[in-house]
Amino acid sequence: MESIYLDHAATTPMHPDVIEEMVPVYKETFGNPSSVHQFGRSARRLLDQARRTTASSIGANEKEIVFTSGGTEADNLAIIGTAIANQQKGKHIITTSIEHHATLHAVESLEAQGFDVTYLPVDESGAVKTEDVQQALRDDTILVSIMMVNNETGVIQPIEEIADLMNSHQAYFHSDIVQAYGLLNINVKELPIDLLAVSGHKINGPKGVGFLYVREGTQLATLQHGGEQERKRRAGTENVPAVKGFEKAVEIITEKRTSYREAYRRYRNRFIETLKEESVNYSINGAEDKTMESIVNISFPGMNVETLLTNFDLSGVAASSGSACTAGSVEPSHVLSAMYGAEDDRTTNSIRFSFGLANNDDNVEQAAKKVSQIVHRLSD
Amino acid sequence: MIYLDNSATTHPHEEVLRSYQKVADVYYANPSSVHRFGSEVERLLQQSRTQAAQLFGVHSREVIFTSGGTEGNNMAIKGIAFMHQNRGKHMITSSVEHPSVMEAFRALESLGFEVTYLPVDSEGKVQPSDVSDAMRKDTILVSIMSVNNELGTIQPIREIGQIVRPFPKAFFHVDHVQGLGKIDLPIKEYAIDLCTVSGHKIHGLKGTGALIVQNNVSLFPLLHGGGQELEARAGTENLAGNVAFVKALRLLLEKKEDKRAHMSSLRNQLWHDLIENQQVVINSPKNGAPHILNFSVPGYRPEVMIHALGEEDIFISTKSACSSKEPDVSAILQACGLNSDRTTSALRVSFSYENTEDELRTFVQTLNSKIEKLQATMGR
Ligand SMILES: Cc1ncc(COP(=O)(O)O)c(C=O)c1O
Ligand SMILES: Cc1ncc(COP(=O)(O)O)c(C=O)c1O
Repeated sequence: MESIYLDHAATTPMHPDVIEEMVPVYKETFGNPSSVHQFGRSARRLLDQARRTTASSIGANEKEIVFTSGGTEADNLAIIGTAIANQQKGKHIITTSIEHHATLHAVESLEAQGFDVTYLPVDESGAVKTEDVQQALRDDTILVSIMMVNNETGVIQPIEEIADLMNSHQAYFHSDIVQAYGLLNINVKELPIDLLAVSGHKINGPKGVGFLYVREGTQLATLQHGGEQERKRRAGTENVPAVKGFEKAVEIITEKRTSYREAYRRYRNRFIETLKEESVNYSINGAEDKTMESIVNISFPGMNVETLLTNFDLSGVAASSGSACTAGSVEPSHVLSAMYGAEDDRTTNSIRFSFGLANNDDNVEQAAKKVSQIVHRLSD
Repeated sequence: MIYLDNSATTHPHEEVLRSYQKVADVYYANPSSVHRFGSEVERLLQQSRTQAAQLFGVHSREVIFTSGGTEGNNMAIKGIAFMHQNRGKHMITSSVEHPSVMEAFRALESLGFEVTYLPVDSEGKVQPSDVSDAMRKDTILVSIMSVNNELGTIQPIREIGQIVRPFPKAFFHVDHVQGLGKIDLPIKEYAIDLCTVSGHKIHGLKGTGALIVQNNVSLFPLLHGGGQELEARAGTENLAGNVAFVKALRLLLEKKEDKRAHMSSLRNQLWHDLIENQQVVINSPKNGAPHILNFSVPGYRPEVMIHALGEEDIFISTKSACSSKEPDVSAILQACGLNSDRTTSALRVSFSYENTEDELRTFVQTLNSKIEKLQATMGR
């Protein structure tokens, strides 16, 4: 039985055109972009081209793009890199309690080194409040790091408002846009933000590649020292074929953004409608009017995450209980705990369904029916 | 086309590429997801870790997949420094290391660590007695490469391991990026605590590699986030890349004696043919690694030679690709105490087991005729 994949927020299948784009690069343009001979130069040309494409996808200048090994590295570079380079201006950092672990554990490592971190709360809507950011800002704040779309609930954070607020403050503003990039239109010409982290494998690109947008003039220390690649901001032989595949994924999602979003909105509505039609007892986590169409996080009262996931899986529905990076062991979600309090049942009875290329109207409805059956069976 | 720049990067093996494509296409799930699809990917990840471990003669818990050699070196050096600084802040390396080692140490110096850079002899070799003399009570790391990337010099790793072993506070790291497959390096027997390898130098893919970390060695992570790679390296795993890396490793070690014998015989032939030309001076040691031969043609700028050879579809390099942007002088040859005639005119030929005698003969003939032509235009 072919499983129905509803876990696109964890990772996505590569678009067939992406692999097709990569293979000839592996075969023919395998040179090291730092080599001065023709093999090196043609690899460099591909790299430059990909840099221009990714830069223009967010209205940036190509010099402002640093290719990384993924979203985690981009977040770490943004956070640790700015903290280390700007600590003479202050040691206070603001983030939220619903960030991905790539952010949370990076700021925790800074805390251990003497930085002072404020973790902003969220309310039941799953969004941080701009006023809270305003109140937390201090003279010695050097960095604010807030994600654009939460990976567990899909709730969109008020990044524009916060960016406007921050405009008059010395602190840099970083946003983890791993779950937003591609589907939301993001333009750094209009959005006064300093750093943005993106991952390839969440947009049907290859794993092991991502980028960090770094606004020109931003003081950033490097994490990985060595050669002079990526304008000395990230040493290491450039992964040209993966970057090339990533570029293709960026082109596809930019072009198809509207139709993808329409499709995901349909899937999401169909999924919820079906649960309703099947009289399932459920509630949606996070304010629906503020949620990305690609993610829905649903609480099933009286149920238990592990039992649900196991049974969904056995019936051929692949979903997650939240951030995949912690899902290996199913712990209460730190995001839902921040929204509802650690004692709330929803932290241990909620499932994240996330839509993408592996879906169509049919398999989404099928999945919703299976989910309904299982929930009914388990509540008997 | 004659590609003789395999120390900069290699072209991926056909079978490696096929493994990558297949795994990327079919097994795309996130191994941290708890559904079967994720578990299947997790199983394949473990399997490739176990296979890599077998090939390196270590335990599977000792293999950490990375994005390449630069990351491995940074992770080892900074990871030891930050984790064990309470034991001491002194570290030892050589003056001929790759920039990814050298620059990592320079960064640590700026944070208050003390680094001893050992000198080398005229062949680029570190003297074990210098290591002994440099060892102190507060030494926490010795980092020496197995094979130098510009000269092919093989360092006395075994002897150095014996020197470091009795110091309970000191760890031993080896940058084995250039040595992998070319020389034997029994990790346990040589008392190596940390060993860096990279995929794209062995007909694998860019953006892949591993750091071997002995069980009892704890590292402060370079990338914080999810608990991937046994909590040592956060970021969604690049299963397809890792499988491709293990495939490349296996192909490399298959009939490794034959491959080495073939490369050695190529190197001997090349050596012999080159010294026929009175203008050529060999810089590599006679008993160096089988795949690298470095020589100078004093009076001729390496860039000019590379360009002239490039016109005939022959690709060699100056020094390490990573530092190709610096002026023509080789810091490595300088460290060997060679005069500026030689340090400013060095060329590196590096082959793979796939190169042939004919290719090398053509190379030497072309080189000789280019030198003659340049000599004529320069009016000598
Ligand atoms: C919001 C968010 N940030 C960061 C990451 C980490 O990205 P990567 O898996 O490419 O390291 C993820 C996904 O795992 C994510 O969902
Ligand atoms: C000796 C040595 N160490 C480290 C590296 C860095 O490896 P990577 O290119 O995979 O980052 C290289 C190659 O560039 C090398 O030759």
